[in-house]
Amino acid sequence: MSLRTALLFAASLLCAGAGAGEIPPSERRSGYDLMSRETRAIQDDDATNPGMLWVLDGEALWNRKAGAVGRACAACHGDARTSMKGVAARYPAFDAALRRPVNLEERIKLCRSERQKAPPLAFESRDLLALTAYVARQSRGLPIAIVIDERTLPFLDAGREAFHRRQGQLNLACSQCHDDNWGRRLAGSLIPQAHPTGYPLYRLEWQGLGSLERRLRNCLIGIRAEPYAFGAPEFVDLELYLMWRANGMKIETPAVRP
Amino acid sequence: MARAIVNVPARAKRGEIVEVKTLAQHPMETGFRRTQTGELIPRDIIRRFTCTYNGTEVYRVDLHPAMSANPLIAFSTIATETGTLAFQWAGDNGYSVTETASIRVE
Repeated sequence: MSLRTALLFAASLLCAGAGAGEIPPSERRSGYDLMSRETRAIQDDDATNPGMLWVLDGEALWNRKAGAVGRACAACHGDARTSMKGVAARYPAFDAALRRPVNLEERIKLCRSERQKAPPLAFESRDLLALTAYVARQSRGLPIAIVIDERTLPFLDAGREAFHRRQGQLNLACSQCHDDNWGRRLAGSLIPQAHPTGYPLYRLEWQGLGSLERRLRNCLIGIRAEPYAFGAPEFVDLELYLMWRANGMKIETPAVRP
Repeated sequence: MARAIVNVPARAKRGEIVEVKTLAQHPMETGFRRTQTGELIPRDIIRRFTCTYNGTEVYRVDLHPAMSANPLIAFSTIATETGTLAFQWAGDNGYSVTETASIRVE
C-alpha cells in the first residue's frame, strides 16, 4: 500500500467512521464468505487444500515419541480425533500455573516442555504449525465456544481495549477497519471482519501455513505500529477477544485465504 | 518434508474421463529472491512431474521458477483398465517423491 492510498483511506475513514460499531451476530461473516469461488474451492476439498500437508505432518508428529520421557502425544491423549475434538474451539484458555490465558500453540509448547521434556519448538516453526493444525483440524465444523469467567475477564477486557485502541503511525484501530468498514476495499483487498475461524491457515500470499499471531503482526506492520513478539501476552489477550467475538462461528482449520 | 497428496477416483466406468488431483509439498524457491543481507537464495524447485498409468505415461509437466509453492496439479485421463497410477515429482537438490493410487475400472 502506498502512502497516498493509506492517507486516502485514513481520510475516508474519518468521513465514514461515526455511527458504526460492533457487528451484530446476524451480520457476522467468516473470511470464507468474502473470498472468491476459486479460493473457496481450494479450501473445501481436502485433496486440494494445501493446509492438509501440514495436518498430515502434524499427525505423524502426534504419534512420534519425543523428549527425555520418550512419549508421544498419542501416548497420553490417545486418538486425537476424539481427544482433541473441540479443543481448538476453546482456546485461548486460562492456564492456572501461568495465571493467564494461553493459546493453542503455547499449550502445545508447554506440554512438550513439561510432560515430554522435549526441546522447545519455536513459534511459527514447521513442526509447531503442523501439530497445531492437526489438533485444530479435529474441531473443524464445531462452533467456537470461548467461556469467560472472572479469571479471564480482565484479559478479555485488555484484548477488547487493544482492538479499539488507535495505534501506529497511521493511527488506526483494528475496529476502524474490521468493525466499521468490513466488506469495503483497502487498496485491492476486501476488508474481512477479522474472525479467527480457520487458524493456523494457508495464506496464498504467504505460500504457506501461518498462525493468527503472524496475521496480527502483518496487520500491525500495516498500520505501522511496532508488532509484538510471538507469544507476547498482549497478542494472546487480543486473540482471546477475537475468538470470543467469533463465538458460535464454525472452525474451518486448515482454512485457505488469499 | 516431502509429502504428496493424490486423489484418484477409486472406481470408474471403462472409457470414462476421470479427474486426478495431486498436491506436492515444496517451497518452490524461485532463485530470484534475496535475503535481507542481499545474498541470493538458491533456486529450489520441482522440475518435472509425471504420471504413468499401468506403465504408460499419460501426463507430464515441466515446472519453472515463479510457480506457486506446494503446486496443485490437476488433470484428467481416460479410465482404460484396472490398475495403478504412479506419480513422480523430481526437482532440484535431489528432490524426488513418488506416490501411487489404484483405480478399478468396470
